Amino acid sequence: MSRQLLLEHINTPGIRGIKAFREKGGYSALEKALKTMKPDEVTEEVKKSGLRGRGGAGFPTGMKWSFLAKPEGVPRYLVCNADESEPGTFKDRYLMSHIPHSLVEGMIVSSYALGANTAYIYIRGEMLYVYHILEEAIAEAYEAGFLGKNILGTGYSLDLYVHPGGGAYICGEETALLESLEGKRGNPRIKPPFPAVKGLWQSPTVVNNVETIAAVPHIINMSGDEYAKIGIGKSTGTKLISACGHINKPGVYEIELGVPVEEFLYSDKYCGGIRNGKKLKAVVAGGSSVPILPGEMILKTPTGEPRLMSYESLSEGGFAGGTMLGSGGFIVMDEDTSIVKNLWNFTRFYHHESCGQCSPCREGTGWMEKILHKFMDGHATLKDIDLLWDIQSKIEGKTICPLGDAAAWPVASAIRHFRSEFEDYVRNPEKIKDIKHYYRLNNLQPVS
Amino acid sequence: MYKDKSEVVFSDDASALIQKIIRRYPDGRQKSALLPLLHIAQAEFGGWLSAPVMDKVAEILNIQPIEVYEVASFYSMFNLKPVGRCVIEVCRTGPCWLLGAEDIVKYLEKKLNIKEGQTTADGVFTLKTVECLASCGTAPMMQIGQTYHEHLTCEKVDEVIDHYKNNTEGTISHWSKDKIKA
Ligand SMILES: Cc1cc2nc3c(=O)[nH]c(=O)nc-3n(C[C@H](O)[C@H](O)[C@H](O)COP(=O)(O)O)c2cc1C
Ligand code: SF4
Ligand code: FES
Repeated sequence: MSRQLLLEHINTPGIRGIKAFREKGGYSALEKALKTMKPDEVTEEVKKSGLRGRGGAGFPTGMKWSFLAKPEGVPRYLVCNADESEPGTFKDRYLMSHIPHSLVEGMIVSSYALGANTAYIYIRGEMLYVYHILEEAIAEAYEAGFLGKNILGTGYSLDLYVHPGGGAYICGEETALLESLEGKRGNPRIKPPFPAVKGLWQSPTVVNNVETIAAVPHIINMSGDEYAKIGIGKSTGTKLISACGHINKPGVYEIELGVPVEEFLYSDKYCGGIRNGKKLKAVVAGGSSVPILPGEMILKTPTGEPRLMSYESLSEGGFAGGTMLGSGGFIVMDEDTSIVKNLWNFTRFYHHESCGQCSPCREGTGWMEKILHKFMDGHATLKDIDLLWDIQSKIEGKTICPLGDAAAWPVASAIRHFRSEFEDYVRNPEKIKDIKHYYRLNNLQPVS
Repeated sequence: MYKDKSEVVFSDDASALIQKIIRRYPDGRQKSALLPLLHIAQAEFGGWLSAPVMDKVAEILNIQPIEVYEVASFYSMFNLKPVGRCVIEVCRTGPCWLLGAEDIVKYLEKKLNIKEGQTTADGVFTLKTVECLASCGTAPMMQIGQTYHEHLTCEKVDEVIDHYKNNTEGTISHWSKDKIKA
């Protein structure tokens, strides 16, 4: 039942090298696309496949490609987003470090479809060891004639390079990424213009996630229509889920979209249930930015149906009762977890990572962090809960880039679903111990 | 310590690599090579970026020094003050923290007798905390140079520290020195 595409050959010895990769059928999509298909036909297959961006937003990939402006005489670029820094997400690093050629092949086929002759993989700087793995894979691909001038005698030429970041979550946002690739600070750009019109060095550019691009060769091999049969409804294909937190079997799993959350969480094939025989308290299903849901709400939709691992099912119930598939970073919390402390950690993260361009995000995240300190220090009042709510609502939707939303949603959902826990911190501050350490960790003074 | 950029000299291997990297970007877009160059500079010059080193990078890329400073100060991987030969970067973000990252930091602080952000008196270790390193499934974890140390326990931390204690290789950098030699 569960199809494996991206990770099918992950355990094959030597799959990191081009030889083993080709023995398992690697680079066949490249030959098929470049030798037998026109670029637009490749895009057409991707459209038919229903593939949606795996970086977090879930935007249909084929549609994104068809928006790419194609003015005469202007170069076009494909940039792969390998910045993977959304807390809870570790699938792209896994894929790139184990099967780097799947990304390289995807980059070539996708660049061909887009008419790009230069492409970059922007990888986060902390993963420099993966940078070197990709460089080796790219060198092998050049050697095999899959990159460079006149690939396989088809007349199509492509240069592919890896580019390291320097440590900044915001550079995962596509326009910040482009700024960073231009050698600047990672400040997101105001859109429009969108990268499809003015991207890298003001040229039309497509930015796609690692997993999105690695899926393309499979679509070409099997056809878009066949790919669309995998999964459920508009959630087609397979998705890598990186599962972590209080579970028995953390790791990266390739699921067919539509697996019930309950099965994913409890079956031995996937997470294997909650550690140490504890009960489930809450799940952050798609990376730290998406709304947190209490255990019972993640397992069932508001109408009482079993919730599925799909874009639609996870968001059923809207903001009040649902969440998002996001990046596939599945963070599980057991009954002993403090939602308030966890929220403090996430809010601290967003404050630290705000680029500082917009005041709601720059000031709001810091303010929320301070208020959450007050809870942990035992000085918060009930009014602070309302204040937190008010601040997050004034960040959401009022900033240049979605980092503001990403900082607001965890706060809103934690208050919505776990208000009593915040109240408990106000009423029973003696329960809160050993928090001074956090201040030290961040060189901060307790707020009173 | 260098007085100014004229004293900053990249090794031949590093210079060759730098030229190779600059060629990856279109003519006139050499500024794009800034982040990789800063990584290489940090590996070459003791794990941090002094003003003369950054001025040298500006000269190589034919850009203003301020363009280098503003970038180096934006990204968390660049150290703008001297660091130990071995920088320990412990992940402090949610998923690692759920599984005890905080205890690991506490343990390291005690063991090394320094606070987060400080360097040991012998100049061997600097302790930093960093954000999610995409290794949450093997939490808690820390990074030293290129290496991820995962599933940390106090015993494991002891082993790692022992391993690096007698480190004579010089700075352990993110861009490993082996990879500078082409
Ligand atoms: C703050 C922020 C961080 C992001 N980080 C990443 C990331 O690490 N990797 C990624 O692929 N997309 C990330 N995104 C989404 C990108 O902006 C972009 O939508 C994505 O790369 C598009 O690729 P896709 O359509 O293939 O998903 C981030 C977005 C925001 C707002
Ligand atoms: S929302 Fe935050 S991160 Fe995004 S541009 Fe504004 S200040 Fe920068
Ligand atoms: S939270 Fe530590 S690696 Fe992700």
